[in-house]
Amino acid sequence: MWNSLKARLFQGHRTGKFPAVPPTLPERFAGRPEIVQEDCCRCGKCVDACPVQAVESTGNGIVIDTGKCIFCGKCAAVCDPGALMLGKEYRLAAMSREKLFSDGSTYLPERPTDREFLRFCGKSLKIRQVSAGGCAACELDFNVLNTLAWDMGRFGIQVVASPRHADCILITGPISENMLLALKKSYDAAPRPVWVIACGACAISGGIYAGSPVCHDGVEKIIKPDLYVPGCPPHPATLLEGMLRLMGKKI
Amino acid sequence: MSNQNYILLKNGTHTDVRNIPVLDEDDFRKACLDALLIDSCRISSFFVRPESGKQFLTAVLADPAQQGFRVLSMDAGHSYRSLTAEYPGFNRFERDVFESCGIMPTGHPNLKPLRFPAGNVGKMKFFSMAGKAVHEVAVGPVHAGVIEPGHFRFECMGEKVYSLEISLGYQHRGVEKLLCSGPDARSSHIIETAAGDTSIAAAWNYARIIESLGGITVDPQYNDLRQIALELERCANHIGDLGALAGDVAFLPTASFCGRIRGEYLNMSADLCGNRFGRNFIVPGGCRFGADKLLAQKISAKLRTVMPELWNALELMFNSPTVLDRFENTGTVSYDDARALDLTGPAARACGMNVDIRHEFPGNWEIPQAVKPVKCTGDVLSRAAVRYAELKNSHTYLLSALERISGNISPVEWAPVPALQKNAIAISSVEAWRGELCHTAVTGEDGRFTVFKITDPSLRNWEGLAMALRDEEISHFPICNKSFNLSYCGHDL
Repeated sequence: MWNSLKARLFQGHRTGKFPAVPPTLPERFAGRPEIVQEDCCRCGKCVDACPVQAVESTGNGIVIDTGKCIFCGKCAAVCDPGALMLGKEYRLAAMSREKLFSDGSTYLPERPTDREFLRFCGKSLKIRQVSAGGCAACELDFNVLNTLAWDMGRFGIQVVASPRHADCILITGPISENMLLALKKSYDAAPRPVWVIACGACAISGGIYAGSPVCHDGVEKIIKPDLYVPGCPPHPATLLEGMLRLMGKKI
Repeated sequence: MSNQNYILLKNGTHTDVRNIPVLDEDDFRKACLDALLIDSCRISSFFVRPESGKQFLTAVLADPAQQGFRVLSMDAGHSYRSLTAEYPGFNRFERDVFESCGIMPTGHPNLKPLRFPAGNVGKMKFFSMAGKAVHEVAVGPVHAGVIEPGHFRFECMGEKVYSLEISLGYQHRGVEKLLCSGPDARSSHIIETAAGDTSIAAAWNYARIIESLGGITVDPQYNDLRQIALELERCANHIGDLGALAGDVAFLPTASFCGRIRGEYLNMSADLCGNRFGRNFIVPGGCRFGADKLLAQKISAKLRTVMPELWNALELMFNSPTVLDRFENTGTVSYDDARALDLTGPAARACGMNVDIRHEFPGNWEIPQAVKPVKCTGDVLSRAAVRYAELKNSHTYLLSALERISGNISPVEWAPVPALQKNAIAISSVEAWRGELCHTAVTGEDGRFTVFKITDPSLRNWEGLAMALRDEEISHFPICNKSFNLSYCGHDL
């Protein structure tokens, strides 16, 4: 026991200051796409370069669907005028699918509107996670929020072992056909009302696995999510910020 | 030894498919079994290669003595005599071939799908025991923690497990089918997410295959950068698992410390390439992000800060009698079983198998020192100890490799996929943190993939976990599981 105490003193207090202090992101972090529409030459190279068809060319310029985007930077690499780049904005979560489209206009995080959610879960959110074809990266980085570095328990967010105890189902993966039944059963087993978080490009739109004959292009067509968290995988800060915003916490 | 039975291919190279000898069934069986049982080869890949209307069963066997892969094949027709009874390591490979191509391994002792046949999710014939005191425990696919799905079926009497059967397939995303007819813009991303915690190893394999088939030369300095990224990936995962092992025996200090420390390593990967899992870093021809002395010093400084904290956390656990009592003689896999099942990576090394792709197939760049096979008792403790020893060696390597970066290594951006060699087979294998990850690509007349075979280390090691639970108390399942920590999606693909 003495050794444990000594080690505890040596290791120190390590919980981050988020959200009072913004998260420290790596210099090479790839966040919300930034588009300068005036510089866009309409060559369409970015549309062709995107491996997941997240870039669209509309009459008004380029729009990127961050619900599909895997932040690989292939679009920025082919943009000769440099009108498109991946920025440093990590706040990507949205409460509706439409808000995931980025056209380069200034980013304003949405405010929560779901009063029922705020009433039920504003102070305590119990989450059951279901992976349905996830590659383990989304799962691992959600787990990271449970470590003492992020300690999401501070905000009343807790992972529960059974859907019976859950307010919310957090789904990762493109919904493999073989997990569809188990996912539906988990969702049905949760007491009502229940909310859904789609975590990662796969869960939102199928991501890299969109169009796979043995996957369902994300959860959208099966259960309507209440929070969409883009990324491949989302940075822990992106996911936590999204959940806190949904809970109406001051960030 | 006759060289007629196979063609030898070096790691990361290719050859014309017509160079692969096509043997008759008896010769194929003999050549495979001789290689595995006499010449200490291991199965790296086993798949069906369609060619001019025929189905060629192809075996890729790693041959450390010759530092290459033996490739041999036979015309399978509709069936062939199963090799599983002679060499149990074939079990999952034969089931995979049966499931994906319908080619029957006659006489297979336990033939059933590896994943699930369409529309039959969860329906599986399990081994079962009968008797009044016998009971069955079924777990999953959805588990209690934040983890991927899979089903475990325990046959128990009291607390004692007589048999554990692991039934996977829930994570099947059609990876290999999506890769066929590639390469295209999506291929590298599918590869990196085949098992999302092994992205660096997978991307390196893929890059090497494209480089070989596309005739791209790679500046040697990128090999160092790739090895650094690979070791960071290894460290992050080993630390996470050692912490989780501590958590599973309720030794919370190390569990909490390691949970935080693992994050530091993910952040170092992100310093290198912006992504905590090393995504979009290794590309054919080099690395998408360069490095210079400043970055190397920055990562090096972080390592030096976190190392004492890491050793402190791990020594605390390894010096605690209560932890050792749980780890020791728990989940033991014997050397003979490990060899027969063809286990790989730290799990195999913990049983005394001297296998490590980094050392058996060395390139011309520096790599971490091999872990000396000591305390190879094959139990949870030795699996943990091997990982601890690997961590030490990886750290020594990382510090010296980062030190050597003096100039400016320039980034190599995404480039269009080049035209690939037609009718060729390319093999690349990397020692990922779980063990050997092997990619085999076959191209057709048009230079596109007709086969892209991924052999994740988990495909081989899941059998090891099932074996570890035999005659073990069911309450030991969590630490046995964590000591392997295998990938569900890497298996299901």
